[in-house]
Amino acid sequence: MSSFEFDGSPVPFAEGQTVGAALWAHGIRSWRTTRFAGSPRGLFCGIGVCFDCLVEIEGRPDRRACLEPAAENLDVRTQIGAGRADHQV
Amino acid sequence: MESSPDVAVVGAGVVGAAVALAAARRGLSVVVLDRGPVAGGTTGAGEGNLLVSDKEPGPELDLALLSLRLWAEVSDHVVSATGGGFEFEPKGGLVVSADTAALPALHDLAARQRATGVDAIEVRATDLRTHEPHLAPDLAGGVLYPQDSQVQPMLAAARMLQAARRLGARIRTREAVTGFLRSGDRVVGVRTASGDVAAGAVVNAAGTWSGEVAALAGIELPILPRRGVILVTQPLPPMIRHKVYAAEYVADVASDDAGLESSAVVEGTRAGTVLVGASRERVGFRREMPLPVVRRLAAQAVRLFPVLADVSLLRSYAGFRPYCPDHLPVVGADPRAPGLLHACGHEGAGVGLATGTGHLLAQVLAGVEPDLDLRPFRPERFAEVTV
Repeated sequence: MSSFEFDGSPVPFAEGQTVGAALWAHGIRSWRTTRFAGSPRGLFCGIGVCFDCLVEIEGRPDRRACLEPAAENLDVRTQIGAGRADHQV
Repeated sequence: MESSPDVAVVGAGVVGAAVALAAARRGLSVVVLDRGPVAGGTTGAGEGNLLVSDKEPGPELDLALLSLRLWAEVSDHVVSATGGGFEFEPKGGLVVSADTAALPALHDLAARQRATGVDAIEVRATDLRTHEPHLAPDLAGGVLYPQDSQVQPMLAAARMLQAARRLGARIRTREAVTGFLRSGDRVVGVRTASGDVAAGAVVNAAGTWSGEVAALAGIELPILPRRGVILVTQPLPPMIRHKVYAAEYVADVASDDAGLESSAVVEGTRAGTVLVGASRERVGFRREMPLPVVRRLAAQAVRLFPVLADVSLLRSYAGFRPYCPDHLPVVGADPRAPGLLHACGHEGAGVGLATGTGHLLAQVLAGVEPDLDLRPFRPERFAEVTV
């Protein structure tokens, strides 16, 4: 089965699954912490509207896990707080 | 049976709320009526701009300067009365231009504004990014306006109404005004679906719908909608410090063009989202979201802040700004219907001008000489023939 990397560990996925769906199927329910309270977040709406499931993919923050197609060896990482802390002024 | 109030305010938007609070603080008894919820019209579809930077010297700028001073005071009052504020932030505005040829006009406006008490500091191209690090590197220059401020407009309306209630005001939402009570020419209250509300005076603060309310009293008030679209980005870390906008915005605000105009006004909010305004179109009360407007605003925002190119939009919304033919609001007593006063027609500046409008109207209601000359804002000016 194909797999991508989530924080360094392999997550299997089926053809056509999104990153969010594959993480859920693998028992992972959160992959982001909120900006102020550091609370865990994962899928909420699951259809690309709510921006709760943001995750870092291939070094790019703020990707919606529910919309991103899973792909072989994709590098997916937990997003801590605002995804663009380096832009803060 | 409750005794009839001194003032009935029609409209629970930011202007109606400011009138209600100012009147209540002068000891007047107040009832506020709105056919919808608090901030359900234009107040709930704005950005919360308190701008002096976009105004030519004249009566509107005088009202903006008065309002700005009062916003700080009202914020303090509301926090102590209700325990919560409305995100009042004197963050400053930065007007920038990409075009060197446009700079003399920008600097000239700043010089004339300075003469009326506006802080306006010219910023050279090389210094722009010390104020806003993410600005595009190739802009020609700008002017910094430290007085420009921001509030969360829905919170501001709600908090001002809450503070007014602490002083005895009654707020009746979802209660549409269907007519006026008259005694001869005089307006002595309003009619609603659930009964008559007698009042010493009635204030028309119905925003973009004020013309319809005035018509119920047989009064013509030429207030029309100008649609504005605002984009909301996903939450970001603090990246934009000021209200930043392109110099062309000033021309758009004052324009009489019916077609689409847009120039980006970009600002961060406390919630982390970045708001991008501001388009202006005269298309009546059409609600649909025009994609070309969204695209154009986004492109203009990215022109100012290239870093936004990679940021997603959460949503966009449209509102209807109440504009008058001469782009001045309508504030004061209407001699055509004694007992009826207006506080409306502020176009895109209703939040910024709300506190001054409330203060001045409360002075009129209390029989005190208003701090500003209200003649430029007089309701009957549109019917007058210029000789």
